[in-house]
Amino acid sequence: MPSQNNPGDRIALLQGTLDLLILKTLLFGPRHGQGIARSIQLQSEEVFFVDHGSLYLALQRLEDKKWVSAKWGVSENNRKARFYSLTAKGHQQLIEKTSEWQRLTRAIGLILDEGPSSEGV
Amino acid sequence: MFRRRRRTDDFTEEIQSHLALEADELQSEGLSEDDARRRAKVEFGNMQRAQERFYLRGRVAWFDDLLHDIKFAVRQLTKRPGFTSVAILVLALGIGTSVAIFAFVDAALLEPLPYANPDRIMSVNESDTELPGWPLSYPDFLDWQAQNKSFSSLDIYTGSGYLLRTNSGMEAVKGERVSGSFFQTLGVRPILGRDFDPGEDQPGGPNVVLLSYEAWTHWFGARPEVIGETVDLNNQVYTIIGVLPPSFSFALSGDAEFWVPINKLSPHEHSRTFYAFLGIGRLRDGITVQSAQTEMRMISEQLQRQYAITGRDLNASVIPYSEVVVGDIRSILLMLLSGASLLLLIACVNVGSLVLVRSESRRREIAVRGVLGATPARLVRQFVTEGLLLAGLGSGAGIIVAAALMRLLAHLVPKGMASGMPFLNGVALNAHTVAFAGATALLAALLLATTPVLRFSFQRVRDGLSHGDRGAASGLWRRLGANLVIVELAIAVVLLTGAGLFGRSLYRLLHVPLGFDANHLATVEVAAPGSVYKGKERTAELYREIAQRIASLPGVESAGLTSRLPVGCNCPTDGIRIVGRPYHGEHNEVNERHVSASYLSTLKATLMRGRFFTEADDASHPGVAIINQALAQKYFPGVDPIGQSIADDEGGQPSVWQIVGVIDDIREGPLDVDITPTEYFPINQTGEPSFTLAARSSQDSNALLPVLVRTLRQINPDLGVSNEVTLSEKIGTTQAAMLHRFSAWLVSGFATTALILGVVGVYGVIAYSVSQRTREIGVRMALGAQRSSVYRLVVRQAGWLTLAGLAIGLFCSLGTSILMRSLLFGVYAWDPVTLLCVAVLLGLASIAASFLPARRAASIDPVEALRAE
Repeated sequence: MPSQNNPGDRIALLQGTLDLLILKTLLFGPRHGQGIARSIQLQSEEVFFVDHGSLYLALQRLEDKKWVSAKWGVSENNRKARFYSLTAKGHQQLIEKTSEWQRLTRAIGLILDEGPSSEGV
Repeated sequence: MFRRRRRTDDFTEEIQSHLALEADELQSEGLSEDDARRRAKVEFGNMQRAQERFYLRGRVAWFDDLLHDIKFAVRQLTKRPGFTSVAILVLALGIGTSVAIFAFVDAALLEPLPYANPDRIMSVNESDTELPGWPLSYPDFLDWQAQNKSFSSLDIYTGSGYLLRTNSGMEAVKGERVSGSFFQTLGVRPILGRDFDPGEDQPGGPNVVLLSYEAWTHWFGARPEVIGETVDLNNQVYTIIGVLPPSFSFALSGDAEFWVPINKLSPHEHSRTFYAFLGIGRLRDGITVQSAQTEMRMISEQLQRQYAITGRDLNASVIPYSEVVVGDIRSILLMLLSGASLLLLIACVNVGSLVLVRSESRRREIAVRGVLGATPARLVRQFVTEGLLLAGLGSGAGIIVAAALMRLLAHLVPKGMASGMPFLNGVALNAHTVAFAGATALLAALLLATTPVLRFSFQRVRDGLSHGDRGAASGLWRRLGANLVIVELAIAVVLLTGAGLFGRSLYRLLHVPLGFDANHLATVEVAAPGSVYKGKERTAELYREIAQRIASLPGVESAGLTSRLPVGCNCPTDGIRIVGRPYHGEHNEVNERHVSASYLSTLKATLMRGRFFTEADDASHPGVAIINQALAQKYFPGVDPIGQSIADDEGGQPSVWQIVGVIDDIREGPLDVDITPTEYFPINQTGEPSFTLAARSSQDSNALLPVLVRTLRQINPDLGVSNEVTLSEKIGTTQAAMLHRFSAWLVSGFATTALILGVVGVYGVIAYSVSQRTREIGVRMALGAQRSSVYRLVVRQAGWLTLAGLAIGLFCSLGTSILMRSLLFGVYAWDPVTLLCVAVLLGLASIAASFLPARRAASIDPVEALRAE
């Protein structure tokens, strides 16, 4: 597992981005915490290191804000697990946050690619 | 929708399920079951931390901590009930005492008097080089009132006694004669009826009277219909026009019940040199005390010039009324407040050092908690909470103590004096007192919270774990604890010295030579109605009858009459001249007493020369006088006064009195005032409508009092009879004796408490030090030290602490006793006997306190002590 051997390659998640990634992961249907963690790690090609403690706290935070809802269910291999799904409010948030993020990355990309230029932010 | 908070259990379960799912997946990737489970855990990271963060999420963390801290603190306190109860008790005593004393200070010095704008009310009088408050004459008052521009109103008042006719006979009551706008000057309105009308105080005005609230309730059953009814005072009919409010009191007239306008003046009250009226005025807005004083001085000087008044060096004086009321109480109250603050300090220090000892024994606990992840701030907060809790409990108990003390202290003030202290009614748990209590509680809390914190910030947590209890770190505590004990001992010395000085003052005061035998004397005041006893012959008959009837009572040795009993005041006075010597208007003021033939022998006064009065010295014979030693020495130095004559011109009528006897000084004035010259005239020649009967009994003079009253009533039911008291009791309750007794008792109370606390402090330090040095002492004994040398070792430590405390304390008490010099009587502030006694007492007490731990140290078994390591 590359994640075990060279943890130096990993990038800690930026503040606030974890929420966005969770919401995005849930877009394709309900998932439990472990599934979400795996999915983020895999999709980012093992670049992101997800602190599990932070993940569960973030899930709780989203649940408190009613962006996601949760209920106990049974996993595909018959284990009891808590499944999270996107609410309408969460859906709305995902769209907003995504466009926000894209504008941010575009702006940062412009600065980093072209150096100090007249375009600015 | 209101959703229930998710429980921590549920969260934990979710994490467990995460680990299981992860392990399943790792296993399917080819890991063994054990490896998969271990790996899942490692991947997850710090589970505990996640749970903690989940728990803390959304909570007000500090409040949560506070609840925990308080629960923990309560557990800590209940686990050691001895420590807790001692600490709370000590705090309660310290806080309670200082709050109670502060309540008095507040009532006397801070609370305003019950008048409108009391700070504008001034006492307006003459002053003399010897007497600060010299009264005015009536004509002077009229001129002052007419000419001044500083006062919006200026009034006079003078005390007066009346015989009130009641269903059960005549009763002597206190009254006050005042000028018309007196109550307007004070800003007091009657609660019932009306104030005096303008003109009612003009000579020849109507007989009207205002009742004090007490008089209304006591004599008239608080009936509202009383307005307009009449009352018989001195056989004259007065119409009741109003009732004064219950809050009204006028300190300088005591508890006067009947207030009448000054509209009947005796012949000498019309004289410009008959000084009998005290002035009070309300300053106009914008006028300062200083400028009022300047103006009144000018008016007074001008009047003296105009009417060629000589003989007295009089100056107008304007003093804020509140200062006149509080007077000598101020310094005593401030002294008591300092005493109480010292006690509070010593209490805080004591509890502080107790807390310190406790924190010392909790070092391991602190260290363990530190290692388990408690941050220093968190640990400090725990100690602060414990300190606050302790201080809170102590203060709560302190308020209860204060309330009880206030009631007790107010009862200690005798009734006669209390009426002169209207502020005593204001002694209570009011906003000021509660604020003060809050401040002391805060101080205590601060001290209790910071002591252990200071203690810990100096020390690495890690040291606490490594065998800490016996390490060198406790040296710091020893120094800090020892210093605190030295402070305690020094304060105890200061308070003990104060108590000693007051005790000796009181003793000196009560053992001042009186010049007569005060034991077995029963006295009662008598007022003869002037309408019945007209003329000196008629009153002389009454005097004779009373003296004979009383003297023939069983158990009575002799009886006499006087215008005024001894140990009262150096008043009234008389201005005299020596017949045959040139007179240039000198100011020869002497005490004046009118006494019956048997009075001086009844007192057992010592006759130095000449003779006492006889029944033959009556109005049909030339005037005779007896003088005291002081008068003889002052006005007849080197001359035999017998046969000489003195003259006075009371009320404009010159009289000559030939001296027939000289007696040793009788203390006519207060105990703490020097003897002044005194003249005695035969009462048969002067004729006094009110006088005091003194009877010497062979047994208990208290039993005689009701007999005296009964006999007087038999002689004439219209006689006013009041204030029956034994002379020794009267002397014991004079203002001087009471003030000294009050101070002595209170300061002794403070001092005793301080001594006990100080000694407990010494015991604590020594006992702690012995427990810390068990091993060292064991080694010493194993190496051959004798038990006696172990004793010496421990006692020497206590000795040093005591010596240091004594030295600092004695030095400080020199300073404080010089400050309170004015409150002492007949004893120097640096009285060596007192200082020596204090030193010996404290020394013995602290050596005794160190004896117990010393014995424990000497009985240490060296083998046990070393094995324990």
